[in-house]
Amino acid sequence: MSRLSVRKTYKLFIGGAFPRSESGRSYVVTSPKGDFLANAARASRKDVRDAVSAARKAFPGWSGATPYNRGQILYRIAEMLEGRRAQFAEEVGGGKKPALEAVDAAVDRLVWYAGWADKIASVYGTPNPVAGPYLNLSTPEPTGVVGVVAPADPLLGLISVVAPVIVTGNTCVVVAAERAPLPAITLGEVLATSDLPGGVVNILTGHQAELAPWLASHMDVNGLDLTGVTDPELALACEQAAAENLKRVLRPVTPDWSAEPGIERMTRFLETKTVWHPAGI
Amino acid sequence: MASSNATLRAFLHGLPGVDRVGADQRAAMLGTRSIKTTAKAKAIDLAVSMVDLTTLEGADTPGKVRALCTKAMHPGAGAPRVAAVCVYPDLVHVAAEALKGSGVKVASVATAFPSGRSSLEVKVADTALAVAAGADEVDMVIDRGAFLAGDYLKVFEEIVAVKAACGAAHLKVILETGELATYDNVRRASWLAMLAGADFIKTSTGKVQPAATLPVTLVMLEAVRDYRDETGIQVGVKPAGGIRTTKDAIKMLVLVNETVGDDWLTPDWFRLGASTLLNDLLMQREKLTTGRYAGPDYFTLD
Repeated sequence: MSRLSVRKTYKLFIGGAFPRSESGRSYVVTSPKGDFLANAARASRKDVRDAVSAARKAFPGWSGATPYNRGQILYRIAEMLEGRRAQFAEEVGGGKKPALEAVDAAVDRLVWYAGWADKIASVYGTPNPVAGPYLNLSTPEPTGVVGVVAPADPLLGLISVVAPVIVTGNTCVVVAAERAPLPAITLGEVLATSDLPGGVVNILTGHQAELAPWLASHMDVNGLDLTGVTDPELALACEQAAAENLKRVLRPVTPDWSAEPGIERMTRFLETKTVWHPAGI
Repeated sequence: MASSNATLRAFLHGLPGVDRVGADQRAAMLGTRSIKTTAKAKAIDLAVSMVDLTTLEGADTPGKVRALCTKAMHPGAGAPRVAAVCVYPDLVHVAAEALKGSGVKVASVATAFPSGRSSLEVKVADTALAVAAGADEVDMVIDRGAFLAGDYLKVFEEIVAVKAACGAAHLKVILETGELATYDNVRRASWLAMLAGADFIKTSTGKVQPAATLPVTLVMLEAVRDYRDETGIQVGVKPAGGIRTTKDAIKMLVLVNETVGDDWLTPDWFRLGASTLLNDLLMQREKLTTGRYAGPDYFTLD
C-alpha cells in the first residue's frame, strides 16, 4: 500500500517553541534553479518584538550559567548537528559533496567556538597594573540581547554568526537568510534538543529589509550584527537606528567563512567590567 | 432583606445562575477584538488614567511610596496621571503628603488585608487609621470564610460597619474571587457587597491566583449593570491582580464597553489595580509616539 509522505511546516523558532508568524503570512522558498522547495513563515515586526522579549527573558539564566556549562551546551549542539548531517546537506543543497563539506565545517566551527567558552575571559580579560595598593581586574561580560542578520551562506555562515554571540553569554534574535532559510529552521530543531535554554537563540524567517530595521531600532536590543545586510542603504539606516540606544554594531566586510574566524565576533558583543580590590596585607 | 441570614440567603440564592461556559466564551470572544492605531492610543491613555498604582509589599518604605507617587503624578511625557496610589494604611500619610493637590487619590487597603482574618473591632480600627491618615479610598476585603460558610449576614454587617468607619472616603470591597470557587458565588458576593453599600467592587487582593480574569470581571460588570437597573445606584468595578500587559488592559476596556457601556468608561467608575501594568502601557505609548519598540531599561522599576 502506498502512503502519503508527511511534509514539514517550516515555522519560526521563538522562546524554544515553533510558532507560525503572528501575521499568518508565508513566502515561497525556491532552489537556486527556481524550483519550489517549501513555504516558510514570513515574520512580522510583532514576531521581532516577541523574539526580543523571549531573548531578554532568557538572558539572566544564560549569562549566569558557568562558561564551562555554556561550552558543554555548544558542544552538544555540534553533536546534534552531526547526527543530522544528511538532512542538512540536503537542505543546504548545491551538490552533495560540497554540501556535506559545508555541514562538516559548520560542526567544526561550533566545536571551535565551544572551546572558547571558558577561555575568552582569560584571553580578553586582564589584571591591570595600577598605581596604588589595589588588585585591578578587567573581565568581559556579555552585552545582552543581540540582533543578528544572518548572511546568505545558509548553514556555515549562520553558525559562524550565532555561535560567537551566544558562547559568551549573550542571547540573540536571528533573521535567517531570506533566500535559504530552511537550514536555519532545522537548526532551530537542533537547538531545541541540545539543552540550550529556550529563548537564547530565536530564529525568524522573512524579508530582511522588513525585519532588520525593527531590530535595529528596538530599545531593548543591545547589539546588532549586520553581517547579512548586503544593501548599503539598509545597512546605513540600521546603523543610524541602532545609534539611538548605543547598540554595539558589527558591520564587517564580506567575510570568508572558510578562514580561521578569530575572536573579533566574540569580543564585539562583550563589555568590560573592571573591579578594584584592596590588595591584601 | 438584610434582616436575617435566611432572607439574605433567599435573595442571593435566588439570583440567576451564571453559565460558566457561556461567560468564559463571551469573555474570550471579546478578548479577540483588535484595537489599533488611534483607538489604541486612546485606549492606552484611558487605561493609564484608570490605574490604581499599587505597592503592597512587606518591604515597602516611605521612599518607595514617594517615588511611586511621583510616577503616579507624572507617568511620562504627555501621559495622563493615574487615578490613585494604593498602599498599606501605615504609609497613607506619606502618599497623602506627596500627592497633595495633584488630583491623584490615595487609596489604602484595610481590614486585615489580605486575608481578612481578624475581629470586626480590629478591621474598623484599621479602616479608621487609614482614613485619619488621609485616605480618599479604602479597599476592604470580605470575610471569605464566613461567605463560604453561608454566614452572609456577618459579611454584610462587616461591610456596613467598615463603610460607616470610612466616612467620606470611598469604599471598595474586595471579593477575592480566586477563593470564591464559582461564578455563582462571584455574582452573589457582588450583590452582597453592593447591598451593603460598596462604592466599588474589586476582584482580588493580588495575593491569590487566579486574580482578575476576564470572565470574573464580566460577571461583576453584569452585576453592577443589573444593580443599577434595579436600584438606580451606580457602583464601580476594579479588577486587580494579574493585569500585566497593555493587551490585558485593553481587553478589560473592551469588556466594560460591551457589557456596561460608556457610563463606566471613566476612572470614576472603572479602575485597574496594577503595578507592572503601568510600565507596559508607557512602553506601548512610547512605541506609538516614536515608532520604535521601547525597552524596560528606560522606565523606572517601581
